[in-house]
Amino acid sequence: MTERVQRRLDTTAARGLIARATRGDAWTVGLIVIFAALLVFTKLLRSSYGLDALAIGALPVAFAAVGQAIVVISGGIDLSIGSVIALTNVIAAVLLMNAPELSVPIVLLVLLIGVLIGVVNGVLVVVSRVPDIVVTLSMLFVWAGAALLVLGTPGGGSVDWLRTLITGTLGIELLPRALVVLLVIVGLVWIPLRRSRLGLSIYAVGSNQLAAFRSGVNVARTKVVAYALAGFFAALGGLALTASTGIGTPIPGPYLLLSVAAIVLGGVSLAGGRGGLLGPIVGIYILGLIRADMTFLGVQPAYSTVLQGVIMVVVVMVGAYLTLRRAAT
Amino acid sequence: MTAEATARVSPLRTLRGWMRDQPLVPLFGLLGVLVVVLEVVQPGIVSPGWVSNTIRFAVPLAMLAACQTMTMLTGGIDLSVAVVASMTSYVMATLVSDFGWLGASLFALIPAAVVGLVNGIGVGWFRVHPLIMTISMSLIVSGAVNVYARANITGGTRVPPEISWLGGQTLFGFLPNSLLLFVPLAAVVLVGLRRFGYGRLLYAVGDNETAARLAGVRVGHVLVLLYVISAVLAGLAGLIFAGVIGSATGRLVDPFLLPSVAAAVIGGTSIFGGRGGYSGSIVGAVILTVLVTLLTVLQQPEAVRQILFGAIILAVAAAYTRITEQT
Amino acid sequence: MTDLLLEASGVVKHYGAVAALSDASLAIRPGEVHALMGANGAGKSTLVKILTGAVRADGGAFTLHGRQLAVHSPAEARRSGLVCVYQEPAIVPDLTVAENLALTGTPVDAFRTQMADLGIGSLDLGATARNLPLATLRIIDLARALAIEPDVLLLDEMTAALPADLTARVLEVISSRRGGTGSVIFISHRMLEVAGLCDRATVLRDGRTVGVVEVAAGAEEQIVALMLGPAAEDGDPALTPAGAQHGGAAADTDAAPRLATRNLKAGRNLEDVTLDLRAGEVLGIVALEGQGQDELFDVLSGQLRPETGEIMVDGAAVAFRHPADAIRAGVVLVPGDRSTALLMQRSVRENIGLPAIASPRRWGLMNMGSERRRVRAAIDRLQIDTRAQAEARRLSGGNQQKVTIARWLESGVATFLFYDPTRGIDIRTKIEIYQLVRDLAAAGAAVLLLTSELDEIQRACDRAIVIFGGRVVGEMPAAAADAPTLLRAAHGLQPAGGTA
Repeated sequence: MTERVQRRLDTTAARGLIARATRGDAWTVGLIVIFAALLVFTKLLRSSYGLDALAIGALPVAFAAVGQAIVVISGGIDLSIGSVIALTNVIAAVLLMNAPELSVPIVLLVLLIGVLIGVVNGVLVVVSRVPDIVVTLSMLFVWAGAALLVLGTPGGGSVDWLRTLITGTLGIELLPRALVVLLVIVGLVWIPLRRSRLGLSIYAVGSNQLAAFRSGVNVARTKVVAYALAGFFAALGGLALTASTGIGTPIPGPYLLLSVAAIVLGGVSLAGGRGGLLGPIVGIYILGLIRADMTFLGVQPAYSTVLQGVIMVVVVMVGAYLTLRRAAT
Repeated sequence: MTAEATARVSPLRTLRGWMRDQPLVPLFGLLGVLVVVLEVVQPGIVSPGWVSNTIRFAVPLAMLAACQTMTMLTGGIDLSVAVVASMTSYVMATLVSDFGWLGASLFALIPAAVVGLVNGIGVGWFRVHPLIMTISMSLIVSGAVNVYARANITGGTRVPPEISWLGGQTLFGFLPNSLLLFVPLAAVVLVGLRRFGYGRLLYAVGDNETAARLAGVRVGHVLVLLYVISAVLAGLAGLIFAGVIGSATGRLVDPFLLPSVAAAVIGGTSIFGGRGGYSGSIVGAVILTVLVTLLTVLQQPEAVRQILFGAIILAVAAAYTRITEQT
Repeated sequence: MTDLLLEASGVVKHYGAVAALSDASLAIRPGEVHALMGANGAGKSTLVKILTGAVRADGGAFTLHGRQLAVHSPAEARRSGLVCVYQEPAIVPDLTVAENLALTGTPVDAFRTQMADLGIGSLDLGATARNLPLATLRIIDLARALAIEPDVLLLDEMTAALPADLTARVLEVISSRRGGTGSVIFISHRMLEVAGLCDRATVLRDGRTVGVVEVAAGAEEQIVALMLGPAAEDGDPALTPAGAQHGGAAADTDAAPRLATRNLKAGRNLEDVTLDLRAGEVLGIVALEGQGQDELFDVLSGQLRPETGEIMVDGAAVAFRHPADAIRAGVVLVPGDRSTALLMQRSVRENIGLPAIASPRRWGLMNMGSERRRVRAAIDRLQIDTRAQAEARRLSGGNQQKVTIARWLESGVATFLFYDPTRGIDIRTKIEIYQLVRDLAAAGAAVLLLTSELDEIQRACDRAIVIFGGRVVGEMPAAAADAPTLLRAAHGLQPAGGTA
């Protein structure tokens, strides 16, 4: 191949890469713009509003959204994620209350438990050959029951360093600790994973399982890893709850619903194979800001729920319509 | 087929084939086992009174399961049925003083139909994933109910005696009155799925939407109508729930959402669409109700009950998959 | 010949009570191109899937290079040097080409070289696979397999539904591997290709190997005899070319054409197509990949709205917004891809009865007796080998295709659009379908028949048109539509000397 042809090929490839990157991330960039605009609006409403309050409240939800996003990208879904957050939350709270001096090993242990829970979910999905909706629906009950076994009523305790880790900001206001912790952890895990063969396998299995299988991907192992990652992030969510509330609450919060909402807003396709993690995170922050705005505007919480639902419906319909249009051309 | 192949058909394979063609049999078997276990654990509990009670609670669950069965046949799901049911019962309870029980009930079904219409338009026209569409609508509806409740704070709610009679009481002290509504409804659904063109189309759309479209089926219309039917059925179930439980609040039916999906799954309807039926879901609803009784009687704490509930759903679904799968 | 590269013997595989393979065997010499042949359902695909780890065998012995071979997954098979290229390309749609290569650990340079040999030199590796045409994806799949220099390359219907130019390149590349260290196992229904390409052929019938034939002159008859077995020896009429051409005898040239288009433009590739289809005639369409024929069929069947141009049915202009509109005008599509056309989990009866319940007027209570009769009549008329209650997915490819046609038989359909109906179907059923097409025309229907197998034109059609660059570039009676003429026109070339 002549050098000129080679160069032309490379620039074509580069241009293709840029086009692909901007096309896929255009949605995320749009979301960030919307978030920035909303933040400005919120500050106008109440100048004392601190991004750190939003960040702390959003932390467990954001972890839930990240975990769910990974599973959805691999072509599955995890309806049990709310229960797993509750379970890891109470385990952490109980252990920390009884042995606060062992806080660091306890945190690591809880993370490990999250991974193991995820592995159990994944193995059940693979081995039973029952659709993942049904498996994770069943496990939703199992893990919720387990949480009740560990802690019948809200209780337990936490340690200070966990709380200080996510409270306040790192210098400037736009860098709340909670946000930094979130981005650092997610980045450390996802960025190397995304380009690796395992990461490509996760996308491949979600995109077309048969093609992935025939390409030599170990589909079963990939799915289990995706669920294990969801369990890991759910455990992070549970720890975040322990850190922010200081106790353990065995009743699952609305994390399932919010994680699904975040995925929808974040541009991750429910069919699998497409999307990233940044979009859902921004989505969670946008939803949080909207809720804060509603409160500052004096709107009743009930209306705010309705509005959240309406936003989801509109976004989803618009997104679906755009997909239809694109497919028709 | 060669002689070796026919000789190879073992008794186990015949049993599986038979169970696949007559799916109700293993379900009734499971139900029987549960009832026997119940009797063994607490001798004397299985009585006409208990049967009547079980049916009373199973009926509204079975109605919700009908919604799930039909939507699951098309490869969808309706996660808004619980809030729609709650909403209908609540609206009815607030309107009763002004319109009487029948008027209030009919009026209350109108918002249910509207919700179903929006669901149907989202799924059928905009091609939004049913899971997402119905979850979002459930958010909107539960918020709307709260708004309505706030506005209605002075009005108060009342479950009229007619509804209590329908949902809560029995004929001859034995047969729950809700059967008077349920039996014809169930018959319509059962016949509708097997003998009506529309019922066949649900299976067709669930199996292969493209093929259905190429054969001239207007899939969007089918789906819009489907979700309206589902929502209205859910509304009716909500009225029965109000009668059974004796009160009407915005969160009345919430705990029955996931069991309604479970009943359809246990009953053999595939979540991917294209196969299944309502008869299995009815038995599934009864099985779940008996299961809850069993777990209560075993005096297990709520925690263990939840764990066993989940484990059993999974086990039944796994058994089903094994029995009905291709290979 | 003891120096075998790959050997399989006594291979057994059951699916439930059905034996897909009961005693299959295969012996491959190094450096040969070996055909694997058999009617649909004979077990070829199953054997290939077993060899490449996609499916686990119930019994059998396998050796590679003389050593025992046991593969349990496609990844393991790949590592052992066995790679299969399926009809459905194993390319992940939402990843780019480069990412697909990374997924399988394929060296990029080797891949590029193979692509160049196959005729697609300048491919943007950053392109998302979903946006590439199907034929390109299949070539990518093949190049990816070749790039790792497998010991045994298995090709399952590689040339089915590939346009003629790519087919020629593929066959060239395959035959260049002859005499090397690796071998190729080639599954195909196209006898001519097999005759020109392969050294030997193993024939399967009903799950067992019934013979191995040296490919030489006259081998085709031997192979067909082995495939069909003792039953079919009655001199198939359609194997001889140009049998019983109706030549539009039933076509009424005075009346307005049953279906006509004027300057039709739609989608990416259809530019300007004008054609007339008369009642009683079979009009064949030939085109290379992506020349607009897909859009043409989508428009005529009501799936795509044209940008400009007209469609006319019986002389009156119509606009189709949905397949239901087309069906109401008597125009129906029979897709070649059976997984698009059939409800696989549902019974044959439900499949055949589907169009009857499409209209809302028929959503109510059905007349089961009348449906049972209609379905029975359709099954008998087309000689579909099945019970009405059987699930569609259990049928062989040929019978499935018959079911897709059967559903339209009783509906008084006036115009049939067949899109590559004999793709991947065994010879015996192909002949039956040709006959059926002719019968439909003889009974007064207008038939449009798109095919990727050029010899079908003279076997089944009265006239043929060739589409290139979104326009009609050639039109000829069947007698003049031999493969070379069609091929030239399909490439946009002027006919070789003389008038068209």
